[in-house]
Amino acid sequence: MSALGELGSLRGKKPAGQKKDNLAGYLFLAPWLLGLFLITIGPMVASLYLSFTDYNLIQAPQWIGLENFTRMLSDERLHNSLRVTFTYVFVSVPLQLAIALLLAVVLDRGVRGMAFYRSVFYLPSLLGSSVAIAILWRQVFGTTGLLNQVLDVFGIEGKGWISDPSTALGTLVVLNVWTFGSPMVIFLAGLRQIPTMYYEAASVDGAGVLRRFFSITLPLLTPILFFNLVLQIIHAFQSFTQAFVVSGGSGGPSDSTMFFTLYLYDRGFGNFDMGYASAMAWFLLVIIGVFTAANFFASKYWVFYDD
Amino acid sequence: MTTETLQRSVTARRTAPVTWSRIRPLVIHVLLAGSALVMLYPVIWMVVSSLRPGNEIFRDPGILIKDLRIENYRVGWHALTEPFTRYLLNSAVVVLGSILGNLVSCSMAAYAFARLEFAGKKFWFAIMLLSIMLPIHVVIVPQYILFSNLGWINTVLPLIVPKLLATDAFFVFLMVQFIRGIPRELDEAARIDGCGKASIFGRIILPLMVPALATTTIFTFIWTWNDFFSQLIYLTDPHMYTVPVALRSFVDSTSSSSWGSMFAMSVVSLVPVFLAFLLGQRFLIKGIATTGIK
Repeated sequence: MSALGELGSLRGKKPAGQKKDNLAGYLFLAPWLLGLFLITIGPMVASLYLSFTDYNLIQAPQWIGLENFTRMLSDERLHNSLRVTFTYVFVSVPLQLAIALLLAVVLDRGVRGMAFYRSVFYLPSLLGSSVAIAILWRQVFGTTGLLNQVLDVFGIEGKGWISDPSTALGTLVVLNVWTFGSPMVIFLAGLRQIPTMYYEAASVDGAGVLRRFFSITLPLLTPILFFNLVLQIIHAFQSFTQAFVVSGGSGGPSDSTMFFTLYLYDRGFGNFDMGYASAMAWFLLVIIGVFTAANFFASKYWVFYDD
Repeated sequence: MTTETLQRSVTARRTAPVTWSRIRPLVIHVLLAGSALVMLYPVIWMVVSSLRPGNEIFRDPGILIKDLRIENYRVGWHALTEPFTRYLLNSAVVVLGSILGNLVSCSMAAYAFARLEFAGKKFWFAIMLLSIMLPIHVVIVPQYILFSNLGWINTVLPLIVPKLLATDAFFVFLMVQFIRGIPRELDEAARIDGCGKASIFGRIILPLMVPALATTTIFTFIWTWNDFFSQLIYLTDPHMYTVPVALRSFVDSTSSSSWGSMFAMSVVSLVPVFLAFLLGQRFLIKGIATTGIK
């Protein structure tokens, strides 16, 4: 059962018949609780406070009310970074999930060597977040990079995919799609839960491959699809490393790969404008929260729960 | 006559699907192997290119080595202010500390959530699940302020201490899931034999949850090894650089002429991840399938 499923089913659970032992419970929980307050909730409250201040790490924070937020309204670079981030999220996540689902369905049909293919397709998910792969991407999509060399073999003239503002973001989308392995593994686990009996019955009734996919597989897989969708969207909104390294830390060319997180880093740790960075961080949390909530809301209309 | 044609039409009908069903797996294999190759080709090519002389990176898209050289590795190893050994050691310290922290703190919290009854348990459990989804950016600025006031910038402490306090809640959840699968009768039997909660944890639960601990170890290893954002922020002194931060500074400081050595060091940085993947893929895939994150 997934973390999201857990969250949904929390209300329904009955407490076990065991006697309460608060001392033991809280002792075992102590490190986590300490971390929760010192490393997570404390800083969250602090950053909420800082978002209403002007703070450069040297002088004490100065209360400026809503100024950071009104500044965000007229900050063109911030608006651009939102556009870039939204494009990235809403292009790469559906593509990534579609490919993950397609390959999971193909692999699930008892292909010989399934474990091998699963491993090979999964590997990029582990490598994808590394600086080394981002460096590789810089080369592959560079003017004299691997892609253009291969295109050259076929007589096609390439271009500087990363130096051209109209394609730079596309190379990052490709990189995110490349890591479709982990949602694929989750899909595979979900496919295994579907009773083969359903497929046999459908075959007897004369349903073809496509019909079986759309009438059985897809509806029964919607909870997993939903789960993958929520997580990958949350994940994609927070992407940082790849854009940072591929663009050489600038978010360029012409801010075309300036993710929201890159701009946040630039404000906070490049310019030590900590108040503004905090306000941006809370804005990001609200955006992610809104999209997750919208996802949960919409799920009532398309996610199918068998039980 | 009639029986013969009937016979023939039956065999004809039978052979048609037989040939397709014989070809189909082949077609699928070709497609799968083809897409696998396309996916991994750039990585394979990077490894090959790192073993080639100089600027062949910009000329040869193939993966055959005519002239094997390890020069790029020798040059790359000493291209930055410190030898690469230093960065590998720094990364190793962060990774080992993180693994140790996650194993101890997350297993304790997981035991409390999965087996103990205490006031407010459901509430804390919900908070724990929510914290998995919290973006690091929301807390990074005040955390940075906190750690810099403690004088921890350019030490490994900001990277390890949070793990000792179970902030990677994902692993708490993974372990909770696992402990729930261990029969409660074992706890009961141990309790009747006079074991307290701590020794049930130490003698029954921990030994039985080794697969979950292995999954945690491998994921922590790979994620921490690859982690860039927090290491970039907390480690600004070149002596303290970890592998990802060092690689990044390589990008900044080099011209196109040293792509070979940059590739070589990139390959070096990927080797541990690849080994962890080979040794632990069983645990990785199981971990992903049961908790489904990342």
